[in-house]
Amino acid sequence: MASEQFRNSHPAEEKPSPEDRHRYHRLWRYSVLLMAVVSLTPLIIMTIISNQQYQKALQEEMRYPVSQLLANTSRSLESVIDVHKHALTLVVHEKPRDDLWSKDGLASTFTTLNRIFGGFVDLGLVDSQGNQVFYVGPYNLEGNNYNNQPWFHEVALREVYVSDVFMGYRNFPHFVIAAKHVLPDGDFYVLRATIDMELLNRQIRSLDLGPSSDVFLINRSGILQTNSRYHGALLQKAALPLPDHPQGMRTLVEFASGDRAGFLSYAPIERSPFVLILVHHPQDLMQIWSTVRNNPLRFLAGSSVLILLVVLGSSTYMVNRIRLADTRRARILHNLEYTNKMASIGRLAAGVAHEINNPISIINEKAGLLKDIVDSSDQFTQREKVLALVNSMLHSVERCSAVTHRLLGFARRMEAHIETLDLEMLLKEVVGFLGREPEHRNITIKFDAPPNFPTIESDRGQLQQVFLNIVNNALSATQNGGWIQFALQEPDDYSVAVTICDSGAGIAPEDLKHIFEPFFSTKGEFGTGLGLSITREIVDKLGGSITVESRQGEGTCFTVILPKARI
Amino acid sequence: MDDIRVLVIDDEEELVTTLVERLAMRGLQADWCTSGPEALQRLEQRHYDAVVLDLKLPGISGLELQRRIQQAHPGVKTLLMTGQGGVEEELARLPGGAAPDIREVLYKPVNIQVLVDKIRTAVKG
Repeated sequence: MASEQFRNSHPAEEKPSPEDRHRYHRLWRYSVLLMAVVSLTPLIIMTIISNQQYQKALQEEMRYPVSQLLANTSRSLESVIDVHKHALTLVVHEKPRDDLWSKDGLASTFTTLNRIFGGFVDLGLVDSQGNQVFYVGPYNLEGNNYNNQPWFHEVALREVYVSDVFMGYRNFPHFVIAAKHVLPDGDFYVLRATIDMELLNRQIRSLDLGPSSDVFLINRSGILQTNSRYHGALLQKAALPLPDHPQGMRTLVEFASGDRAGFLSYAPIERSPFVLILVHHPQDLMQIWSTVRNNPLRFLAGSSVLILLVVLGSSTYMVNRIRLADTRRARILHNLEYTNKMASIGRLAAGVAHEINNPISIINEKAGLLKDIVDSSDQFTQREKVLALVNSMLHSVERCSAVTHRLLGFARRMEAHIETLDLEMLLKEVVGFLGREPEHRNITIKFDAPPNFPTIESDRGQLQQVFLNIVNNALSATQNGGWIQFALQEPDDYSVAVTICDSGAGIAPEDLKHIFEPFFSTKGEFGTGLGLSITREIVDKLGGSITVESRQGEGTCFTVILPKARI
Repeated sequence: MDDIRVLVIDDEEELVTTLVERLAMRGLQADWCTSGPEALQRLEQRHYDAVVLDLKLPGISGLELQRRIQQAHPGVKTLLMTGQGGVEEELARLPGGAAPDIREVLYKPVNIQVLVDKIRTAVKG
């Protein structure tokens, strides 16, 4: 059924247009974006800063044990090398040449040294030409000439020399300590000892680091002096980004080379060509770090989700409130405009009606007098014709008068006169106003009122006008032999509903939208178009509402809802 | 012919003369005038049972005129004739005591028979 709702009916209450929806959606998006940025940015920045601080603090914390370890180990290595170096220097300087210059003498010295200090693999005495004159040790190296060996040149220049690890004649890694003794005649000889690498390896092994960490020695050119787990084989260049001439100790330098990354720490071993290298795999160190870092990240993620939920919720709520407020404001503005329009039309209508009433009155009286004269005169020729003319004039005056009175009624802004009313009785009075027309036209009037229907407080005269307007419309829409039905209902505790249905022609959907507007009429020249607009205005004023439903060819139902008590 | 004497006051002479003539045809003794001062003068000159007066008169409002008539001639019954709407409500809204003693309000154009009946009712009670 085509239906047009006019419950406090104003177009402003219609659904929002797509532009409006778009506008509110955009507002919502801006709000969400702004609130999210404002609340999340500080959180993210704080998390980043705290992460960096944490990382720094943690690195400091980790650095300390590493530097301790490094310092201790390098000192141990240093002292091991120093002890051997000093022992050798002492022997070469303090032992008389003759004591050393014999195989037995050398062997006895070797035994003593090994007994006291340990770690000596062999011992040799080399003359200033580089010939190994005497040799005590597991290999047969007596008679070897070292003149071409770099260590020999070094020791010839300096007093004492510690060599890199090299393969030499023995073809296994070793390093030598050589100490020179210059004779009064300017000639010199060198006491050369091979030191067991195990002496250094033992120190290194004792560190007992994690399986992914690595500790080894290199020389100042970066050549590996011991075996390394991950960074190359002995005497190869270490696969690490090392400084060319490391000075002093450095700890936890982050590096990435090839597929390996980690933290590099190193300490040069003083008075030796060695550098102690400690490589920590990130996994070992970062275990704590990743825990420390992940906790704030988890907190950040959780807070972000929570903040976003709150932002979404509050934005939606806020935009909805704005939309409601906008709608309410638009409705109030529209009502105001509508009321103003009505008031203007009312003033205009009243003015027009009043001005027209005087000339109409004159016509009324003149035509009336003419009729009186003709009526009272018997011998008036063409009496019937004149009477017919006068009656037609009077009928037209009545029609004019009906229009002006409706206009005046429309213009009226009267105060309601409230009394207690029995609606059924009031409706029967209204039907009484119709006179005998329904009877003549064989139209059935039906009442459907529940017993003990409550009385209401309202204005009798105005309600009569309301229902008379509706019933008059129903009567003119209904064919002879049709029906008009009144039904009384109680939709809730506070109001009553009067439904007036007819079996009339119905109202076209396009007309249905306009029937409550002033000057809209479907009755052509017979309607003023004021009936239903007045009706709605009165119902509004009485605190009620009016709705209409209609289907063309089947009929129309008007429902007037009225408050039981005056608000 | 009964002896009811009525004065009709309206600024439209065409209307008031015709109305008076028609009232006379229906047995009332009717006079007319078109302004307030003239009406008061007429009422001084002779007795009237009722006045039918337009709400809108030049120089003086119908209500003001009615108040003066009521003061000077308390027995005269007043009927109001108007082309405006909602006069009864306007009258009801006047503060208590100020409400004029108006027997009937008739809206223009008036039905002559209704007018005659109302005048008779007003005068004879």
